[in-house]
Amino acid sequence: MSDHQYTPKSKFGKWFNDRLPLLTLANHLTDYPTPKNLNYWWTFGGILTFCLITQIVTGLVLAMHYIAHADMAFDSVEHIMRDVNYGWLIRYIHANGASMFFLAVYIHIFRSLFYGSYKAPREIIWIIGIIIYLLMMAAAFMGYVLPWGQMSFWGATVITNLFSAIPLVGEGIVTWLWGGYSVDNPTLTRFFTLHYLIPFLILGLVVLHIWALHVPGNNNPVGIDIQKPSKDTVPFHPYIVIKDGFALLMFIIVFAFFVFYTPNILGHADNYIEANPLVTPAHIVPEWYLLPFYAILRSVPDKLLGVIAMLSAIFILAALPWLDTSKIRSAVFRPLYRQFYWILVADVLILGYVGAMPAEGLYLLIARVATAYYFLHFLVVLPILGFKEKTLPIPLSITEPILGGSPNLAAAKNKESLDIK
Amino acid sequence: MKNFLGIFTLTALLLGFQLNSYAAEKVEYLKTDWSFKGLFGKFDRAALQRGYQVYTEVCSSCHSMKYLSYRNLAEKGGPEFSEAQAKAIAASFEVKDGPNADGDMFTRPGKLSDKFVMPYENVKAAQAANGGAYPPDMSVLVKARGGGVDYIYSLLQGYEDPPAGVKLDEGVYYNKYMYGNKIKMSNQLSDGLVEYGDGTNATVEQMSKDVTTFLMWAAEPHLESRHRMGFKAIVYLIILTILVYFSMKRIWSRIETKV
Repeated sequence: MSDHQYTPKSKFGKWFNDRLPLLTLANHLTDYPTPKNLNYWWTFGGILTFCLITQIVTGLVLAMHYIAHADMAFDSVEHIMRDVNYGWLIRYIHANGASMFFLAVYIHIFRSLFYGSYKAPREIIWIIGIIIYLLMMAAAFMGYVLPWGQMSFWGATVITNLFSAIPLVGEGIVTWLWGGYSVDNPTLTRFFTLHYLIPFLILGLVVLHIWALHVPGNNNPVGIDIQKPSKDTVPFHPYIVIKDGFALLMFIIVFAFFVFYTPNILGHADNYIEANPLVTPAHIVPEWYLLPFYAILRSVPDKLLGVIAMLSAIFILAALPWLDTSKIRSAVFRPLYRQFYWILVADVLILGYVGAMPAEGLYLLIARVATAYYFLHFLVVLPILGFKEKTLPIPLSITEPILGGSPNLAAAKNKESLDIK
Repeated sequence: MKNFLGIFTLTALLLGFQLNSYAAEKVEYLKTDWSFKGLFGKFDRAALQRGYQVYTEVCSSCHSMKYLSYRNLAEKGGPEFSEAQAKAIAASFEVKDGPNADGDMFTRPGKLSDKFVMPYENVKAAQAANGGAYPPDMSVLVKARGGGVDYIYSLLQGYEDPPAGVKLDEGVYYNKYMYGNKIKMSNQLSDGLVEYGDGTNATVEQMSKDVTTFLMWAAEPHLESRHRMGFKAIVYLIILTILVYFSMKRIWSRIETKV
């Protein structure tokens, strides 16, 4: 928390603040010293907060009109689309909002990976972030089940069936999850309940995520600690608020384009067919944001090992602060890591692509290679790189890299040539 | 900033590429100019009314449209029949209602508030009458098929003799746009099948286009207001973004750091 003492000006304010320091908190949030060199990749935290609130508000309205029953869910969604005032708008914002949420979270995560934001002293922020990401996937998956279309039903069947891979108790767990012997009404009602609950859990974790962030403060593109707060930082308000606001508006323009002009392009056509337990769709595919993990799951021939691989792909991220042995945070000063970073980005995109394709022939081979590389990156490349890599000299501070005659002159020049903004 | 936009665009393009690859089946559908596509896309009123005629006279004998009501026919953004016309259309159908005070079910002429009358009592009855295949409900059919309007439009015109070597069972037909090329619906449209009130020549192509337009409206009854609102919203957002951009520049000019 900020060091300086804050005292409210008004008498009432002082009286109130002594009992509940809300004003101190508000003051901390506005004055919060933020590195002045943050680039636009840092605006996605704010964008994600917007996404969460949008999903909660639109979700609340949808829940007022939606009926969580296997015989009525599909009808009630059509009722929302046709007869509820602006129901189509609210539903399309909610459905596309999920995709926009994941787009933003992937950018946010890959920003962390590039600038080493997960490293000490920010491990807890990172781990809370991974938990939020896991909960987001759970919420999105259950939300996709609610319209009770073909992809909802069969997606739910495929994913819940993964638990049957657990030895001995697997089958029992699946029956327990379903509340019966197949995905049916009890499954739908519990998914609805959990889908309603999870966003509020995420909201609580977001508070912790931000709290944990405000202890060490933001990382920054140069990846070095703040030397002189007065020189290296700006107060959060108005500098960061306006910059985040500008980036958010650009994001909303893209969002609006999806909602108003191609509202169904991110969904699967089969989900406009009412769920039918007797007809299996030709290809069961999850939403685009889960495809890389789906590819990992299918690349392993054994079901149990496939599930383990898929879960490991996510949980391995939590160990990242210890797998990455380099003391240097920002990839700007890590020439080798920078290259491996972009290979990883390409690898994940390839996994996403093959995840949408049938798991056979060349696609399966590519999926296997890409899966192997994914784990190789975290388990082998990162630990070794920290010892072997010759990093570039880092500047002395965020704002004053050039100090006449300092031993860091070379670093400063280097920094300029890399064109950090 | 430039760097950021560059990478962002690249990611978006890659994402788009990934989405395109979703469509596993690469069939070239027949193309036509749909009036409802694009930023200002609107339905062609006359085409919607003709499309409704094709639906009632041809499709509706097997295909239900359970989410539509007769009142929708007179609503803004749809075929926009006059209220009197819509009432007359509704009244031309017999609707089962009840029970009355005596506990009996009875039939009466349809009202605006009634849903479109279903051709069959239930799914089983529909299957029994169609050789085991259920004629899908048409309310959201356009959105429930990968190729959307182009697919439906092509399918209606895609009937041809099966290529040599393809054997078809009794009651199965060959259609070059159907998934797997085998369809249980026979070719329904033939030139001059319906007589359009507005004198339009009822060719197969014309009827396909009209009825597909009608189905698009049925699936997206608020498409016109969505497009109108979308344009206003995006223009508003762009103006606001520009204003915020200059405010940001001004605020950041207090310190030497560039934004």
